[in-house]
Amino acid sequence: MHRIPLKNDTKEIQLFETRILVAMILGAVLITALIARLGYLEVVRHRYYATLAENNRISPIPIQPARGMILDRNGVVLAEDFPVFTLQVVPDHVPNMARLLGKLKTLIALNKRDLHDFRRRLAQHKPFQSVTLRTHLSEAEAARIAVNLTRLKGIALHARLRRDYPLGGLAVDAIGYVSRITPGEEQGSRAARYFGYRHIGQFGVERSYQKELMGRIGFKDVEMNAEGRAVKVLKRILPHAGHNLYLNIDAQMQAIGEQMLDNRPGSVVALNPRTGAVLALISSPIYDPNPFVEGIREKAYKALATNPDGPLDDRALNGLYPPGSTIKPFYAYAALQTKWFHPHKHITCPGYYHLPHSTHLFHCWKPLGMGRVDLKMAIEESCDVFFYRLAFKQGIERMARYLTYFGFGHRTGIDLPGEYRGLVPTSAWIKATKQPWYPGQTVITGIGQGPLLVTPLQLADAVAALANHGVRMRPEVVHGIVNPVTHHVRYVKPYAFPPLPRHRKNSLRVLIRDMTQVVEGPHGTARGIAYHLPYKVAGKTGTAQLWNVSPGFKGKHLRSDALFIAMAPIPNPRIAIAVIVEHAGFGALAAAPIARALMNFYLLGHVHVLPQNQAQTRVALARTHP
Amino acid sequence: MTIFERWHLDKPLMTALLILAAVSLVVLYSASGDKLGFALSDAVRLAIGFGVMVGVAQISPDTYRRWSVPLFAAGVLGLIGVLAVGVVRFGARRWIALGPMSIQPSEFMKLSVPMMLAWFFSRYSLPPRIWHIAGATLLLLVPVLLIAKEPDLGTALIVLLSGIIVLFLAGMSWQTILGVALLGLAAAPILWAHMHHYQRQRIFILFHPEADPLGAGYHAIQAMIAVGSGGIFGQGWLHSSQAHLHFLPDSTTDFAFAVFCQEFGLFGNIALLGLYLFIVYRGLRIAFAAQDSYSRLLAGSLSTLFFFDVFINMGMVAGILPVVGVPLPLLSYGGTSLIVVMAGLGVLMSIHGHRRLVN
Repeated sequence: MHRIPLKNDTKEIQLFETRILVAMILGAVLITALIARLGYLEVVRHRYYATLAENNRISPIPIQPARGMILDRNGVVLAEDFPVFTLQVVPDHVPNMARLLGKLKTLIALNKRDLHDFRRRLAQHKPFQSVTLRTHLSEAEAARIAVNLTRLKGIALHARLRRDYPLGGLAVDAIGYVSRITPGEEQGSRAARYFGYRHIGQFGVERSYQKELMGRIGFKDVEMNAEGRAVKVLKRILPHAGHNLYLNIDAQMQAIGEQMLDNRPGSVVALNPRTGAVLALISSPIYDPNPFVEGIREKAYKALATNPDGPLDDRALNGLYPPGSTIKPFYAYAALQTKWFHPHKHITCPGYYHLPHSTHLFHCWKPLGMGRVDLKMAIEESCDVFFYRLAFKQGIERMARYLTYFGFGHRTGIDLPGEYRGLVPTSAWIKATKQPWYPGQTVITGIGQGPLLVTPLQLADAVAALANHGVRMRPEVVHGIVNPVTHHVRYVKPYAFPPLPRHRKNSLRVLIRDMTQVVEGPHGTARGIAYHLPYKVAGKTGTAQLWNVSPGFKGKHLRSDALFIAMAPIPNPRIAIAVIVEHAGFGALAAAPIARALMNFYLLGHVHVLPQNQAQTRVALARTHP
Repeated sequence: MTIFERWHLDKPLMTALLILAAVSLVVLYSASGDKLGFALSDAVRLAIGFGVMVGVAQISPDTYRRWSVPLFAAGVLGLIGVLAVGVVRFGARRWIALGPMSIQPSEFMKLSVPMMLAWFFSRYSLPPRIWHIAGATLLLLVPVLLIAKEPDLGTALIVLLSGIIVLFLAGMSWQTILGVALLGLAAAPILWAHMHHYQRQRIFILFHPEADPLGAGYHAIQAMIAVGSGGIFGQGWLHSSQAHLHFLPDSTTDFAFAVFCQEFGLFGNIALLGLYLFIVYRGLRIAFAAQDSYSRLLAGSLSTLFFFDVFINMGMVAGILPVVGVPLPLLSYGGTSLIVVMAGLGVLMSIHGHRRLVN
């Protein structure tokens, strides 16, 4: 039952009136505050806001910070911001355009094209807007204009920072380059971060350390008069320059490697095995990044993009190569960890190998065979049959597992963007292909053919793991990040992956000793680089047969890729190196000398040049292989 | 019997509203960049609004009282429907699509919540007991939380405010008010932690609009420039550079008052504010003259809510309140919000027009 309450109407009205009164007092306070605020804005600050409003006048103009420099390990400048001068004309302020242009012609170079473009822009702009007459004035030209500025009415000289790569294409794949921010990046999810910036790092450390390099943008609120000229800067927030990057790369060493590759397609990666520092990261052929900064012309870009040697490909990180015989030491390492394998056990190499109950023959590179072969000799002379047998004995699962320990099939984690994983035929991968796996594929994977694909960086990192007592370090391009104001240095910490499993005590020492035979041994496949070497080198040559060319690389001629991996000096390696020269034939011939030159430079400080007749050497080495 | 009495309308209120509608046409013509079509479209909407108001005024307050609960229930169902099958626009689920139209039940709650609470309190002797207040608060929190979930924090706060106004006018005791205020202060950090990033940004920007002149602070700065450049007498009709050069965003809707400020200056502001305060005053007069506690509470709270609508919008434009999407009643170009405001005014008219003349 609903009870009807007794209502005291007079009392309720009284209560209501009190409440309305309180609400009115509150409302009066609020209205007073509002009117006071409006009065403040419209009377006290009127002039200020009127100035802001009147002519669309206040515009926040970004002040570009200087992007951080990129330097090599010795302080050689690889990338810096460089002032460029632009000459601009405000037509409204020019009493006589023809006379002005006549005067300017005596001071700076103005060709027909400049003038034609200038006239076209002049027609597009309003008379009070400044129009660019010429960009990229030389310093001498800028100085001549500056001196005569008072005689040239309506002329303005603007200095602007432009990214410059003084060494051109040197280490371009490690450094990357900056380019104009595209509309897509301008509207992306991180658009706010890049507001006001004109350039953004693409590829290389320019991209992966964009945050450190970019600094912080400044703004100035500029008051413009009716002609669109800046009258007064109302407020200025100064930009903060970006941090400088010191790389582990040695520019000289890099240059030596690039010169020796001589724009043949190929790649060299040299690491410090103890820290993972990337000493050289070469992807040949190189290209000049400077035209990309302000937007490369289409024709020039097409020429680069359609070049069959693929200069734009970053081979060190993205080149997928069959490793050929250079993979053998890693299989040998896997075998050395077992109980059944002994390094001194001999097999007989008849020059071919066949699987049990099969007639298919797998040939050794030496058609007549090598006879009695133990591990030392198998590595020294790169005996295929030895490793065919080893592969069959180990099985694909164990082989793939050990390759994974060495970092193959995974990204190395280098501080550069866009690294490829490569391919290791693990059981998971085999299952995913939904194709049967035949023992014959295991056999050819045992000499680095088959589906196995590695990047030069992975190969170098795996060699570095052997050199560093079985501890693989993450490759690092950047050594330290320096605050340009406080000079505070933030070092990139070396990062060690879990050590390789080692079940036999001397296995690594034995393997490295056998690898030194590749260079020192009487039959070593790379004995051509051994003479006069004051330090010991352990290495392995490789020749990867190409039966299909990866789609990214437009091979001209289907010759084998030459590979060479090395570490020096033994017993305490300070450099680990992987060299790949595409379509160059035998690894010892094309790749090993490059490794030797780089190791010489790094360990001795100078490059030995072959004293022998080049042709003779070539003949002498022609019989050797992988 | 005059025509106003026959149609249950209040003459002074009607006059003020018509003046305001004329001002709206004048301002929006300028704010839209001198587009006659836009002003015509505004005229059509205003006409519909006035039609709704007159229609609403014909129904007696007794009917509203009887329909308070079903209307409230329908509104809450609508809000649940929005969360279930609503249309997402501008990142929030606030609309229900009905054929070619789409409606916002949250706007409707601005009217339904005061009606519901007025009905609730009119059943008891006032001042209300503490459990009545607790019951009313529960009733209030249902739609508020549903709206906040959409998310539409601005409307949720307005609906909350409308409920609080009824609670206050019903005679909630001062101790309770103080306690709730302290509780609110204590809950503020929790609320802050649950806010969206853009909502926090808006509050932060209120204190430092210069920190992000092209991003979150842009609205506030451009509005203040428009207000400040108006000066004492304004720059004259059709001379709002902020609107004509497209510096001021939403110049026809939430920031129409900024255009008005730039064109008519401080004098114009005071006149406009006077007009609005007159409407509020008439509303309160109607509340005083109301003959039962339901009508009294409803008229009082609708008038007060109208005042807050005006104050929040003007305060936002003047930069003393954060940027929330509350349009200026009648002046801003609006759809649902205009209809709801006009319906509210219609209820006021109805309360005025259906009084039984005793003397």
